[in-house]
Amino acid sequence: MNDQEGNNPERPDGEVNKPEGEVAKVKRGLQALAGGWRKCDTTGMPVCLDSQFFIRVNAVFAVIFLLIGGLAAILLALTRWEAFNLLRTDMFYRVLTLHGLNMLIFWILFFEVAILYFTSTTLLNAKLFSRKVGWVSLVLMVVGAVMVNWVIFAGQADVLKTSYLPLLAHPAFYLGIILVAVGTLVAVFNFFATLYTAKRDRTYEGSIPLVTFGAMAAAIIAVVTLLHGAVVMIPTFSYSMGWTGEPDPLWYRLIWWGLGHQSQQVNVAAMVAVWYMIATLSTGAKPINETVCRGAFVLYILFINVASAHHLLVEPGMSSSWKIWNTGYVMYLAVLASMVHGFTVPASVEVAMRSKGHAAGIFGWLKALPWRNPAFSAALLSLIIFGFIGGITGVTLGTQQINIIAHNTLRIPGHFHATVVGGTTLAFMGVAYYVVPLFFRRDFVWRRLARIQPWIFAAGITLMSFGMSFAGSMGVARRTSDIAPAEEAYGAVVHFFLAMVGIGGVLAVLGLLLFVGLVVATVLFGPSNVGRPMKCWGTAVDLGSKGAVRKGKGGSHYTPGTVVLVGIFLTAFVVYYFANWRALADVWPVR
Amino acid sequence: MSLESPKEDWFEPPHGAEKIWIGIALAWCLVMFLMMPYWHLFGQQNTSGETFRVSPRDFEERVDEFVEANQVGELNGVPVVEPPPGGDAFLLGRMWEWYPVLKLRAGETYRIHLSALDLQHGFSLQPLNMNFRAIPGYDYVLTMTPQEPGEYTIVCNEFCGVGHHLMVGKLIVE
Ligand code: HEM
Ligand SMILES: [Cu+2]
Repeated sequence: MNDQEGNNPERPDGEVNKPEGEVAKVKRGLQALAGGWRKCDTTGMPVCLDSQFFIRVNAVFAVIFLLIGGLAAILLALTRWEAFNLLRTDMFYRVLTLHGLNMLIFWILFFEVAILYFTSTTLLNAKLFSRKVGWVSLVLMVVGAVMVNWVIFAGQADVLKTSYLPLLAHPAFYLGIILVAVGTLVAVFNFFATLYTAKRDRTYEGSIPLVTFGAMAAAIIAVVTLLHGAVVMIPTFSYSMGWTGEPDPLWYRLIWWGLGHQSQQVNVAAMVAVWYMIATLSTGAKPINETVCRGAFVLYILFINVASAHHLLVEPGMSSSWKIWNTGYVMYLAVLASMVHGFTVPASVEVAMRSKGHAAGIFGWLKALPWRNPAFSAALLSLIIFGFIGGITGVTLGTQQINIIAHNTLRIPGHFHATVVGGTTLAFMGVAYYVVPLFFRRDFVWRRLARIQPWIFAAGITLMSFGMSFAGSMGVARRTSDIAPAEEAYGAVVHFFLAMVGIGGVLAVLGLLLFVGLVVATVLFGPSNVGRPMKCWGTAVDLGSKGAVRKGKGGSHYTPGTVVLVGIFLTAFVVYYFANWRALADVWPVR
Repeated sequence: MSLESPKEDWFEPPHGAEKIWIGIALAWCLVMFLMMPYWHLFGQQNTSGETFRVSPRDFEERVDEFVEANQVGELNGVPVVEPPPGGDAFLLGRMWEWYPVLKLRAGETYRIHLSALDLQHGFSLQPLNMNFRAIPGYDYVLTMTPQEPGEYTIVCNEFCGVGHHLMVGKLIVE
């Protein structure tokens, strides 16, 4: 392997460590923080201690919920794998509810709040706006999450994460979700207030960094999302208490998906911000064009707001033109944004690698990437799984008419386990390989295992996602404990694909448990790195003058490798998309 | 780099490969957008926009009338009903059955009224894999033309309580 390792400080890029810059920065940091801060032993950046506290606590809770969700996942995978069909039917839906909420809501939201605190303080040399507000948010979120888990375990909320009316759960279920949502809004407020005070006190010069900008995009979408949550959950809570009448089930679905889908856009924006961050930390990449990267984040903010529509494609009540407009115009400009990031992230890495002297041929730079750095592998795998599997399937399944041959089949979980699990969750795992050493100040234990962890998780999720997608294409329904009563209709091959779901699922959970084990063991027993830089995971080597000779060609926009990669991507996309129209043309005419 | 403030004048138009990719991606998004209205006008499989509000009880009554008028047999205790070709047919999802069994003729077009009585259910016609939602309070009219004769299965693919996986119905095409 070609990368540097050992006790060298993490030196992502020359610029961070420019001596004058550092002095000035620390000085500014000192003034801004006036106590309550420390200097990061690795990067020299000032770390606000309040912020550090909340980053730690939110990350710890995130991992706890990830573990609960992961234990549930293994039971689900072993139930859908027909050879085991492990859970009794009522338990399956209880565990599915548990899994959906702990994973999609609690793990993701707690981790995102940690990311918001990090990007608004350390990256801006700023102090967290308010410790009290941080506490309010934390308490609301934790109480809410505990309430929800408690009613689920008590068997009072077997309604799945969508809780579609007229299904009704115990009021504590809705109240818990409302508390988590409000707590998250409070954290988002703390984030914006921190951005404001940092700007006012001039803790940084010029514009905010790209990663903070991405987090800000996520936070803006989160506000709109959580307001939808309030609009739908408050009347439902009130109905469950018997105070008001039953909300209309179709209205419920429309607004619920304003929450459910947009929150996925929050996850995408946060994930992309993490890709940029890890690309910088591990290869020294800088955005080739800040305008393009930021513009793509702005597209997310502007165009995702009505994406609720693509969950309502095969239901009564909405006209075709409404469906086409909202999925097409509004969603595809957000798709455009993802396709832009899918180019700019690898391109920035390629430019960085070439300028370090790894310039041979089209793909020569790939060999020299820091493959032994688990954060890097996680980000890379996240980008591939999100783009090639999650993105392509998502856009296709969300096409108005194609949805007829996909709605509520296993194709849907096949798709979103590639976006929010293979994409977002894996990217968040990657960033944890830096968060733990930098904020808990302990170096990772079992570093060899850490290096393979992202690969195990990615392999498992990919296998499971393929299994689900193929079984779903043959008609197998999602959210079903046992397909035996209907299996003759599906054909015999589905047994094979469901076994694939089981095997992939078990592998993915092993990857997840390994991650949790590594993080917990490190936080508890890892060697302290206080007073010295974190132990480096490996960064891309600079060949210096030896490579400099070869730098010249095409300047900083020469990215042939990335061009080939996006070409392959687009080809796969076009083929899959039209294959689905082809399949649709074979079913009965309907209008 | 992405963790630091960019240089003052960071605004610049895209160049080179990046610019071309943005153009291609935009063009592809437009193609995908246009495919939907195109299929709406020229394709055979489109989701219906025809919906009526109906109370679940009223819908159930209509289904019963429909069954009474058109029943031709029984399958596993569920009435088999043959609607007039080209006419209206009713299908009700409830915990945990699809009611009744429809008997249709290949090549004829039917207006199938789909709704749910108690909870939301998912109409999933197998092995064709055509999926629509049944929501209480809404009469969803699917204008369908069955093709190959045979016995089809209707699976419920929206969670509707512990008996959900048992909610399997039949549809016959002659
Ligand atoms: C670690 C490995 C994981 C495995 C093996 C796994 C497995 C599964 C399985 C088997 C289902 C049931 C599919 C069905 O029958 O409909 C499911 C549902 C789901 N999973 Fe996962 N999952 C994993 C991780 C995650 C993560 C990290 C997230 C979110 C961040 C997530 C979000 C969901 C959601 C939202 C559902 C749907 C719940 C519902 O239908 O209400 N999963 N998962
Ligand atoms: Cu059902």
